[in-house]
Amino acid sequence: MNKTFTLKNVYVENTASVVGPTEGAGPLGDLFDVVIPDDIYGENSWEKAERKMLLESMGLCMNKSNYQTEDFDMILAGDLLGQLISANFAARDLLIPFVGVFGACSTFTLSIGLGSLLVESGFMNRVLAGASSHHETAEKTFRFPTELGVQRKATATWTMSGAGTVILGGVGPVRVSEVTFGRVVDYGLKDANHLGAAMAPAAFDTLNRHLTNLGKKPEDYDLIATGDLGSVGHIMLKHLMGDKSLGSGNLTDCGLLIYDTRQDTHAGASGCGASACVFSSHFFPLLVKGHINRLLLIATGALFGQTTAQQKESIPSIAHAVCFERVSDQ
Amino acid sequence: MLKERESPQAKRYARLVEQEKPRVSLGFNILRAFLVGGSICLVGETIKTYLISYGMSVETAGIWMSISLIFLSALLTGLGVYDEIARFGGAGSAIPITGFANSIVAPAMEFRSEGAILGLAARMFVIAGPVIVYGLISATVFGLIRSVLL
Repeated sequence: MNKTFTLKNVYVENTASVVGPTEGAGPLGDLFDVVIPDDIYGENSWEKAERKMLLESMGLCMNKSNYQTEDFDMILAGDLLGQLISANFAARDLLIPFVGVFGACSTFTLSIGLGSLLVESGFMNRVLAGASSHHETAEKTFRFPTELGVQRKATATWTMSGAGTVILGGVGPVRVSEVTFGRVVDYGLKDANHLGAAMAPAAFDTLNRHLTNLGKKPEDYDLIATGDLGSVGHIMLKHLMGDKSLGSGNLTDCGLLIYDTRQDTHAGASGCGASACVFSSHFFPLLVKGHINRLLLIATGALFGQTTAQQKESIPSIAHAVCFERVSDQ
Repeated sequence: MLKERESPQAKRYARLVEQEKPRVSLGFNILRAFLVGGSICLVGETIKTYLISYGMSVETAGIWMSISLIFLSALLTGLGVYDEIARFGGAGSAIPITGFANSIVAPAMEFRSEGAILGLAARMFVIAGPVIVYGLISATVFGLIRSVLL
């Protein structure tokens, strides 16, 4: 069933996250490193604000571990905008070899998965992996102008403003132990306002392959977190899992953790930022403190474009899985 | 090879997705649209009645009423309030002339960062453009029918 990579020598050294004001007002608000005061963040366009957030999360990561740019062999990062302008332009200011990666909202685990293989191979010592999304830039690119009066569908998710970065290297409190890259899965759904349902089969495919390849069961992980399936997509994934359904309730979705219901964000948060920020500021500390020992993070992405949606094509999706393990104290 | 997206499994899944879709209350939505749309019209009627009471002709008062509503809608869009009204009122805020004004001001604001010509001016009609095109076509068709019949 295609390969799952098991790794021995890759660790998450540090993480950092920068989120928007709406996300800062949510249940995880106090955990993020930086909550920006407004979505434009002192810039004159939202695009500039997004790249500033990504750059800041990378800088914070380096500062936390006292590294300089020359300590890194590569940056792997991506976002949702055309030509990856957030990641590309953020990397412009760092002068570290850069590879932009695109996996739509699955970009975070794609970056980590690729970065981990590079470190495991021994070719690289230290890699920065990150991803960003921004509510307004995404709305502008994929939907309607933000001030336009439209009612959102109940199944629609809210692209969150947030950037998260991790440092992958040879030491650290959390080990990257397993990586399964996703296959492109398409169950023929076409509703761009219901991406969670379109992505759930991709999450299921990757999860299923990951578990089968390793001969593991869902219970072997303390937590299995998908990226941004949202409330309905989360239910659909449970349906797909059928008898493999998790009795212990260890299945969650990053998108469901960002907002509370009062925030009127419908099906939950979406965007690369969801898995990036929730991992960086919530799961990583949980792993470090030993509240959980094994986390399987499966970020999900809808690989469609404006043009294909308008041409009435279905929505292909992908999910990449990465397992993080706490390094025990001895 | 059967494509996954055309497989029976995919079709079953699509049916399941339909079942799990959260239901929205149509009646409640219609009521909210009625309240918001009605209130906008009430504001318009108030302006018109007020102007007529100052001696303006009904026709001129109607024009000033439209201008006032367009101005108010543009102002509320700029202040970031109109989309909140629409979130509550749905079609009630989209159908009146204020909705049309909002659909022009919103993209103008959005694409201002791409410059006054290729951004603001070019993208201004991205929502309203189709309305104008099909509005003109249907006006022409009905105008022709009318001229033939009457």
